[in-house]
Amino acid sequence: MTTLTPVLTENWDRPDSFTLDGYGDYGAARKALRMDPDAIIQSVKDSGLRGRGGAGFPTGLKWGFIPQGDGKPHYLVVNADESEPGTCKDIPLMMANPHSLVEGVIITSYAIRASHAFIYVRGEVLHVIRRLRAAVQEAYDRGFLGTDILGSGYDLELVVHSGAGAYICGEETALLDSLEGYRGQPRLKPPFPAVAGLYACPTVINNVESIASVPSIVENGAGWFASMGTEKSKGFGIFSLSGHVTRPGQYEAPLGITLRELLDMAGGIRAGHELKFWTPGGSSTPIFTAEHLDVPLDFESVGAKGSMLGTRALQIFDETTCVVRSVLRWTEFYAHESCGKCTPCREGTYWLKQVLKRLEKGQGTEEDLGTITDIADNILGRSFCALGDGATSPIHSSVKHFRDEYLKHFEIGGCPFDPAASTVWGNA
Amino acid sequence: MTYSPEVRERLERDAKEIIGRYPKTRSALLPLLHLVQSEDGYVTDDGQEFCAEMLGLTKAEVVGVSTFYTMYKRRPVGEYHVGVCINTLCAVMGGDQIWEELSEHLGVGNDEATTDGRVSLERLECNAACDFAPVMMVNWEFFDNQTPASAKQLVDDLRDGKEISPTRGPKKLCSFKEASRVLAGLPDGLAGDGPSAAGPSLEGLKIARANGWKAPSKEETE
Ligand SMILES: Cc1cc2nc3c(=O)[nH]c(=O)nc-3n(C[C@H](O)[C@H](O)[C@H](O)COP(=O)(O)O)c2cc1C
Ligand code: SF4
Ligand code: FES
Repeated sequence: MTTLTPVLTENWDRPDSFTLDGYGDYGAARKALRMDPDAIIQSVKDSGLRGRGGAGFPTGLKWGFIPQGDGKPHYLVVNADESEPGTCKDIPLMMANPHSLVEGVIITSYAIRASHAFIYVRGEVLHVIRRLRAAVQEAYDRGFLGTDILGSGYDLELVVHSGAGAYICGEETALLDSLEGYRGQPRLKPPFPAVAGLYACPTVINNVESIASVPSIVENGAGWFASMGTEKSKGFGIFSLSGHVTRPGQYEAPLGITLRELLDMAGGIRAGHELKFWTPGGSSTPIFTAEHLDVPLDFESVGAKGSMLGTRALQIFDETTCVVRSVLRWTEFYAHESCGKCTPCREGTYWLKQVLKRLEKGQGTEEDLGTITDIADNILGRSFCALGDGATSPIHSSVKHFRDEYLKHFEIGGCPFDPAASTVWGNA
Repeated sequence: MTYSPEVRERLERDAKEIIGRYPKTRSALLPLLHLVQSEDGYVTDDGQEFCAEMLGLTKAEVVGVSTFYTMYKRRPVGEYHVGVCINTLCAVMGGDQIWEELSEHLGVGNDEATTDGRVSLERLECNAACDFAPVMMVNWEFFDNQTPASAKQLVDDLRDGKEISPTRGPKKLCSFKEASRVLAGLPDGLAGDGPSAAGPSLEGLKIARANGWKAPSKEETE
């Protein structure tokens, strides 16, 4: 049986967890500043840490792409935009334990030889922004940031930057444009940010949880981190359970834990109901059903079953939930958030929304199922960034697993479900 | 430019401080737009002109940016800007019903404000608090685990001028303008208020503690 491994969440039940007193003395940063920067990069490579923002790119490898001795400024940008539907781990992490992120920023910036770092945080989380800024200020006051950090001769400035409401700004190159003061639209790659990122300089962009995991690796060693998780998906991660589950919340566990194990801990599906469908890693990852309860939640195993580990945003829906309604709502989200830069996504998400609306009202035909599949086929792989691809995940996977439920809508000329039965208070 | 000299002077002081944090000035545009909202309650013409002047941009460049982001409002919002998450997870858990009842209760629709200017409503996308569904936000503070009744009570209390505390946030809810100042990057000293974590955020940790589960120690893995 897999058990929980609180590391990042370990101090969250302390009332002062968001202060230095409740966090610790930056022992990992002290240690790192005495190390050769390349040795830190090597250690993160050896740990097997892969990006926690969704795609799972090896973190140490990404850092290694930063050209050294090029005479240009280097930047670290932390992606704290957390807006993928279902994803709710970075926000409580920064609320309760912002110092793990700040310490991670110091170590990472030192390793990639950056002297300016940014945390780009979505704007709609005021108290999290306060906590981050207060932690940064505390770190400055104690000499962990600024000039000649802890007498090491190393200088680092860290700025907390608030976004202004746009899911697309979580896409790393759109984030950079936004941080430069432009509309947040993705850039053509290559060049990759490691070569030409912020202000056209070498830039590392990492997720909050990726960076916050770094101090524990420096402190305990690559072998410690790699002792958790599976062969190719090392370490721990925060799994976020939401929806029709008895005890929703944040569960920090080794990668490779299964939904069945997590549900056991969380008291199962809410009383009197059963699992119908779930997302392994946010709305952009194809939905799973009860047949996937034992899939190890690591990058390879989830991928082999046709979905993606994504952000470990486990949105759980029981048998009262209408799949068509759910997919329509996600599709409305993608249509709303499409930045408009490329045609397949801009037009495709608009049409998907129109056809799904018809289907949900029971006014569609079987042909419409072909239509949404075709539109999704035309977006997937043809859009400029991964937002468009993500929009097709709910479509393809729901038609695959729940074709009959779509058919049922137009057989009876409406939705066969009572939305009241799905609500928290409707659980009578 | 119609800001009074005193206001203008204060805004310029704040703006210069913010601009000074960035290696390139244009990066300060998003914060400055939040700053303008903290003065005017929305992104005004004057505000955009002010941003343009401070950053050496044209007004058209500023407008091109401000219209891209949903948090910049083109007309005045209420003193309390109330959002209901209607993304799938919250919608299914009751957010749709909350939205319908609240909108009817106040007689306002999406992006509209009550005639007394106290409360405005917005349909929100996922606000990264799904484990607290159904979720509402007021001036971007968390109001977790809402019901139609609690939502209506909340807006009534806001309109009556009662003191309100967010679920995870400061003791006293700020106004929209005060919140915008924090977003611009200017501290209000309230970071220490409120819990570290609450409810669902602690669920896994509680279970780990009850079972004595821990991450392996460094020594075990050497
Ligand atoms: C539409 C879209 C939204 C994204 N949103 C986020 C986000 O909010 N946070 C995040 O860390 N990564 C997000 N990503 C992934 C980033 O582009 C990038 O891969 C990630 O920040 C890299 O960090 P990591 O390697 O540490 O995971 C998003 C990607 C896309 C296409
Ligand atoms: S896929 Fe969508 S979000 Fe991405 S660039 Fe194209 S229009 Fe913009
Ligand atoms: S769906 Fe409402 S907070 Fe995530």
